[in-house]
Order: sequence, then C-alpha cells, then structure tokens
Amino acid sequence: MRQRGYFGNYGGQYVPELLMPALKELEQVYNELSNDITFKQELDHLFKHYAGRPTPLYYAENLTRHAGGAGIYLKREDLNHTGSHKLNNCLGQALIAKKMGKKRVIAETGAGQHGVATATVCALLGLECHIFMGNEDTIRQELNVFRMKLLGAEVIPVYSGSQTLKDAINEAIREWVASVKNTFYIFGSVVGPHPYPTMVRNFQSIIGREALQQLPEFGLSVPDYIIACVGGGSNSMGIFHPFYSTTAKLVGVEAGGCGPAIGDNSCSLGKGQVGVFHGKKSYFLQDEYGQIAPTHSVAAGLDYPGVGPEHAWYKETGRAEYVTITDDEAVQAYKTLAHLEGIIPALESSHALAYTLKLAPHLDKKQNILVCLSGRGDKDIISSNIIRNEE
Amino acid sequence: MNRLEKHFTELQKRHEKALILYITAGDPDMAATLNIMQALAENGVDCIELGIPFSDPMADGPVIQRASARALLNNINLRDILSLVKTFRQTHQTPVVLMGYFNTILHFGPEAFLHEYRAAGGDGLIIADLPFEEGEHFESLCREHSINLIYLVSPEPGTERTRNILAATGGFVYCVSHYGITGQHTDNNQLDNIVRSLKSMTTLPIAVGFGISSVEQAQQAARSADGVIIGSWLISELEQAQDKKLAAAGFCITLKEALTLV
Repeated sequence: MRQRGYFGNYGGQYVPELLMPALKELEQVYNELSNDITFKQELDHLFKHYAGRPTPLYYAENLTRHAGGAGIYLKREDLNHTGSHKLNNCLGQALIAKKMGKKRVIAETGAGQHGVATATVCALLGLECHIFMGNEDTIRQELNVFRMKLLGAEVIPVYSGSQTLKDAINEAIREWVASVKNTFYIFGSVVGPHPYPTMVRNFQSIIGREALQQLPEFGLSVPDYIIACVGGGSNSMGIFHPFYSTTAKLVGVEAGGCGPAIGDNSCSLGKGQVGVFHGKKSYFLQDEYGQIAPTHSVAAGLDYPGVGPEHAWYKETGRAEYVTITDDEAVQAYKTLAHLEGIIPALESSHALAYTLKLAPHLDKKQNILVCLSGRGDKDIISSNIIRNEE
Repeated sequence: MNRLEKHFTELQKRHEKALILYITAGDPDMAATLNIMQALAENGVDCIELGIPFSDPMADGPVIQRASARALLNNINLRDILSLVKTFRQTHQTPVVLMGYFNTILHFGPEAFLHEYRAAGGDGLIIADLPFEEGEHFESLCREHSINLIYLVSPEPGTERTRNILAATGGFVYCVSHYGITGQHTDNNQLDNIVRSLKSMTTLPIAVGFGISSVEQAQQAARSADGVIIGSWLISELEQAQDKKLAAAGFCITLKEALTLV
C-alpha cells in the first residue's frame, strides 16, 4: 500500500507531484515533534500565557431558560486570543515551521479568522506572512483585512472563480507549489492533504480535552450532546475528537445558506458527493460532471464546498450526525445570544447555537448540551446588516 | 505496444525530438478544438495533450485557467471530450493524451471512463492531482485498458521514490522543469543535470514541460531531453489569433523545425 493518511475511505494526498516531498518531510517532522516533550511544553506555554487558555466553560443559564429544556454549556473559544479557535492550530503549525527552518508562511482565509491567527503567530515568531483571501471575503470581512495588515501580513485578494475561500485555497496551493522549498503552508482547517487533517485535529483537540476537564466543575462528566458548526470542520473535530469513545452524541451543523438548491448553501456532507479536491478524498458539492459547485453562506468561514475527511468518516460510520441551519436561523441565534447572555458569537458559531436552540426544548431538563462557541462575532456586525435590520 | 509507445520508438530510431502540444478541450468550443487538433496533427506534432477543463485548476497558471474557464462556459464535459477523441481518431493517428484533475474521472467512474477512452482511440493520461502514492489502483486499471498513465517527475530526482515512479509510469516521462505551476518561466541551467539523472534510471523517453515559452527555451530543453511539452505559450498565441487553425499550424511548424536544429 502506497497510500497514507486515510480515515476509512477518506483523506489521502491528492496533490501535484511537486508537493509530495514537502508533505513527506512535514509528516516526518510532525511525527518527531508530537513525541517531543520540549515541543509540547513550548506549545502549552504559549497556550497558557499567550493565548489565554484554558478558555472558560460557561453554563448559559439565560439561554437554557429561554430554550426551556436541556442545559446549555458554551465552550468559550471566542475568548481565545484573536477571538477564535483558529489560533490553537496556528501556534502549533508555526512552531513546526520554525523548527523546520522555514522563514516564510502562506495561508488561506475565509472569514479572516484564520488569516488573523496566522498573521498573529507570524508576528510573534518573526515569520514572513502572506494571506490569500477571496476578493468577496475581503469586502465582507474588511475588519479582519485591517487586522492582518496591522499585524504585518500581506493580504493578497483572489479574483478567480467565486472569489471566496475555495479560490483562496487554489491560489495558496499554486503559490505553495512555486515556493515549497522555503515556504510553510499553514492550512486553517482539517482539510488539505495528509498530514494536515490529523495535525490540525490534534492541535484543535485542546478544545475537547479542556472541556473534559472542566465538565466535572458543573457536576457533569460527559454531555448528552456536543454541537459545533462545520465548514472545513476544525472547531467541531477539535471538540468531538476527545469525546470519540464516550456516549456523547456528536452533531455537526452545516451552513444551509438561503436554500437547498446547489449554489445556495455549503452543505458538503448533507448534499455533496464523494470526490477528490484540494488534496483529499471527501464529500464535495459538485455538479453532475464533477465540477466543484459554487457555495453560499452568510458565514464566510463556512462558505466552502468541501469538508475534512475525518468528518466524512464520522458520517459514514454514524459516529456523528450532520444537520443544517439556514442563514436566517443563524442570524436569529446571533441576536438571541447577544441579547440573553451578552455574548456576540461569530456567525459561524451561530449555526451551532441555532441548532442547539432547536434541539434543547425537545430534551429533558436533566440532559445537557455542550456547544462549541468557536469565535466572537464583532467581525460580522457590519457585514451581515444586523444593526441595520435591528433599527 | 500502443500508439504512444510505437510513435516514440520510431522517433528515437530517427533521432528526432518529440513535440508535444497542449490545448484545452472545448476552448473556445469543440469545433475549434477539433480544427486545431487536425491542424497540429497535419503539421508534425508528435502527441496532442488535451486538457480536461476543471472548475478549480489548482496546478495551472493563469493562461490555462482562462482556457479552462472558457471551455466550461460551454458546459464541456468528459463525455463530450470522449466524442472529440473518437472523431479525431477516425481521420488521424497522432497519439492523444488527456490531462486533467482526478475528480472529473472519479465522478464519471474510472473503469467506465478508461473503457470508453480506449474505445475512442485514446492513448495516455496525465492527472495533475494523482501522485504516485494515490495511483496504485488506478494505475492497474490503466494497464488493463492499455492506457499509459504518465506520472510527473519533479526536478529533484535520484531518490528511491523517483525510481518507483519511473517504473510505474507509461509512454513517456513527464519531467517538470522547475518548481511552479504551468506557464511559468523556467531556469534551464539545472535541466541538463535533471534529465541526465533520469536517463540513468529509465529507458523511457523523457519530455520536459512547464514553462517553455520561447523557441530558444524549447531548443535548450530538447538538447538533453527527448521531447518538449508546450501548453500555456501555445494557448496564449491561439487566444490572440484570428484564424486559430492557421495559427496552430504555424506554431507547430516553427517549433518542429526548431527542434530539428538541436
């Protein structure tokens, strides 16, 4: 068997030949470092003193009362430095880049959260940083563009295709092929070729591991449900993975956009088919001839036609269930959390909240739901016209 | 021996360098593509590389991206391309190699595709995002259908892995001349060393591609290699041409002649 990095039938390394030596090198270095105590200590130190981890686990009492059913607990990744879970993975990968002697980092970004987190670690570790971002996303997430620039990154708008996350990845891969010898690609999600899906999942697993330690403070060991939004799927895999062998029901929430028709949503698992794209075999939204389909979501971070291969495997084996929340439902949940708890969630995380609000009333008051609040929503206030609608 | 292998053997006997030209199927439409293929075949091309348009050609530079987008505006699909190969094959014997991304073939069904492609008269296949590591199963299907699966070989050969790729590849060796995507400039200084190293490991003909954009570069590549692959440069010329058939013929004659002078 020549193949490497599969979760069941999904994963692999479907990349241009020129990237293969780099992937092999990365896999080797990553394997060495994951058994290296010093590396672990270095990362833990940054998690604690730089990122502000552990992030709180918060019992949302008002939200629970409002929903009128199961208890709702929020894992507050919005309080992680830079405002989302994305930093967890960036710290890990940038440390690897540094160990490999790479001085230049590239990354893609959708909502800009991964771009900001990458720019942040590059500023911290003295790495040159170039962020590829779809032109449409640079407009709807303008605040994050300013943040990245302030942090010293170059933001490269991508004008090809739909000018969103998918196209930013295409362009970042092209740049990677051309500069692979001196450049490290920090993938922002559990996507891309092996070893990225495993590596990103392991760095993000800090979310679930902390939750496992924090639940006993509330007299709980394992929640009945764990709910997280799924675009590429990094915050969800980060919170799911440590609970894999528990009884918790895992629910991934995909972006239903403005309707079920192809092009109107980003439900790769719900409406996509198995395919090969961006380095991996997984589920993709595509047309009858295997052309990758355009997508839509009010949340730029979920606006992607594919999903991490481990999610595809979770779906196939039934370990997780994948559901859909529309743009409108997500925006409603965004407002609800702000009003009831004084927390402004990212529109991405609002998908997980919206499904939680749907599910909780049907559950017993003794049951509990753990929600991954993957990021803060300041970035979304202007772009989603939420203030205007309020007025 | 299939058509591709036979043609390259004859070229080697005649000490002739191979001219391999890439165009995207359906750019700007199917009728034009057939015309261009015929023009190339009638003016000395040794192998036609026919691109399968893809929505997200991540291994291609801007020129081939544009060609792919133009073809997709006409909703060109793999079935149309199989018909095109079949039509071309009724009148011409020039070897044809399809080049694309794996998803379109996977979606069609690899076995069904190879069966129909063989029946249509196809000879070889290059898949930009199917490296040796992922090719094991597909490779054996290609062998069953007598289609040459041509792997790309990177500019740093000499490893165990390169030997394995060379052993698994069919028809010819596609040597990528530098790090980058299609259509970027190449530095010819190291090329001789790369090709020499590959020749010490295989008896297959070695063709050099990615970034040849002048007669001089083509000649320099052909000094050590057995053939050259040109794509973006040809497509740029065709983009600007009023009569694409005439431009294709002219391009082909110029390059083939330049290669005889090497």
